[in-house]
Amino acid sequence: MRIENHPILAFADAATVEFTFNGQALSGREGEPIAAALHDAGVRVLRHSPRYHRPRGLFCAIGNCSSCLMTVNGVPNIRVCVEPLRAGMTVETQDGKGRLA
Amino acid sequence: MKEVDIVVIGGGPAGLSAAVHAAKMGAGVLLLERSQALGGQLVKQTHKFFGSRQEFAGERGFDIAHTLMEQIAQQEKIEVWTNATALGYYPDGVLTVKRNENFRTFRPRKLIVATGASEKALAFPNNDLPGIYGAGAVQTLMNLYGVMPAKRVLMVGAGNIGVIVAYQLLQAGVEVAAVIEAAPRIGGYWVHASKIRRCGVPILTGHTIRQAHGTTQLTGVTVCRLDEKWTMIPGTDTLFEVDGLCLAVGLSPLTELLWQAGCKMNFVPELGGYVPWRNEYLQTTHKNVYVAGDVAGVEEASAAMVEGKLAGLAAAFALNHQTADFAADYRAAKQQLNALRSGPLSAKVCHGLCKVMLEEAM
Ligand SMILES: Cc1cc2nc3c(=O)[nH]c(=O)nc-3n(C[C@H](O)[C@H](O)[C@H](O)COP(=O)(O)OP(=O)(O)OC[C@H]3O[C@@H](n4cnc5c(N)ncnc54)[C@H](O)[C@@H]3O)c2cc1C
Ligand code: FES
Repeated sequence: MRIENHPILAFADAATVEFTFNGQALSGREGEPIAAALHDAGVRVLRHSPRYHRPRGLFCAIGNCSSCLMTVNGVPNIRVCVEPLRAGMTVETQDGKGRLA
Repeated sequence: MKEVDIVVIGGGPAGLSAAVHAAKMGAGVLLLERSQALGGQLVKQTHKFFGSRQEFAGERGFDIAHTLMEQIAQQEKIEVWTNATALGYYPDGVLTVKRNENFRTFRPRKLIVATGASEKALAFPNNDLPGIYGAGAVQTLMNLYGVMPAKRVLMVGAGNIGVIVAYQLLQAGVEVAAVIEAAPRIGGYWVHASKIRRCGVPILTGHTIRQAHGTTQLTGVTVCRLDEKWTMIPGTDTLFEVDGLCLAVGLSPLTELLWQAGCKMNFVPELGGYVPWRNEYLQTTHKNVYVAGDVAGVEEASAAMVEGKLAGLAAAFALNHQTADFAADYRAAKQQLNALRSGPLSAKVCHGLCKVMLEEAM
């Protein structure tokens, strides 16, 4: 969900772009981290851990912890908390360590 | 390989200030920042700062960041690289950098490490469920990108970050179920704590997390009371139905590059973990490596800026750059830092600093 009225901040309007998450069509603001667009759409499970397949989401949001690795445009292990959203991206939850296509 | 006078790693308040002051002395500076934009932690801070006028008290964090960025932009001697991560620093003095998708090497004559800190996690069952965030992540999502992290959040930690971020959550329209704190008292500034109390958010001291609940995402958190020996008291469990849990349990310095450089380190809990030994010029035991800001000990943005200034001036001076005001400038900054650290809340930091201060200049 987006913040509607903030007492201090005004959020610049960026262009809306379309992308897909596990095949589902979603939209977000161009250039925001992919994770922000997913959160807006209510998607918080980003990958499953390699050994116990536990769901993982966003933790640090600044590229420090690797909790948020996903497969983007076929490339695994992308930190979606810092990867800017672009039009037409295919974003997929990643299972385990990911595989190079 | 490119030769440079000074490379500053990290574009937070410490690194920005180090770059500005080194450049004012006449040194050539390359400033590296791994994210898309400069500003470090400051850009997501919407509250007004404390301190004196010199450290921008009364201004909001993001405004301070913009002032520093303007100063950077005015300096011809500074080259700024964003999306540029410092990867390693080797015994032959080579620094490796990844910028966008390119790999580059440098041989800086002096290095100023201002990489900041990373958030600490907490051990409890199910602490990896989606919906459990570091406080910085919550700030980033809300204050930079305008997205809510959850609908109802439990905050862990009543230090400054915990109480400030709890208030920011309320401002963003997120419900805050409570703030819990293991210690017997609130650690943050009372102005910030009072603001959330006035909004009806309970602050439960002497409480900790027993476990988180949920299968695919967080659905609730069980909290219990601690006795005076910090052990959990049976029969005191309370369940909070929340879809967000925010951990504000401290930061630890991001010191990998310092370890790799071979700087002598010491474990100092008062400063957040392992930090480098340094002399009064913020020079480490490696004569070409200086430090400033949270990486040298977790403190505050105001202290980070003054440390950055001192490290910037000292590194430039060591390369024989001189200005007429150097000595006076340096002395004033030193006094400013001492004044910042004179309050009762700084006693812990000062105690920690004693454990890593080298007497002699390297
Ligand atoms: C919620 C909150 C409230 C706060 N309130 C206050 C307050 O009221 N007053 C106050 O004085 N302070 C406050 N602070 C503290 C203050 O923000 C920090 O102490 C300060 O930002 C530390 O500055 P820094 O430059 O050392 O680190 P940071 O601001 O963390 O900057 C470090 C930078 O280095 C970059 N970096 C890290 N590693 C690399 C690498 N390998 N290569 C390239 N770049 C790298 C990072 O991306 C980052 O931009 C608050 C902090 C928080 C989280
Ligand atoms: S959330 Fe930590 S790296 Fe992305």
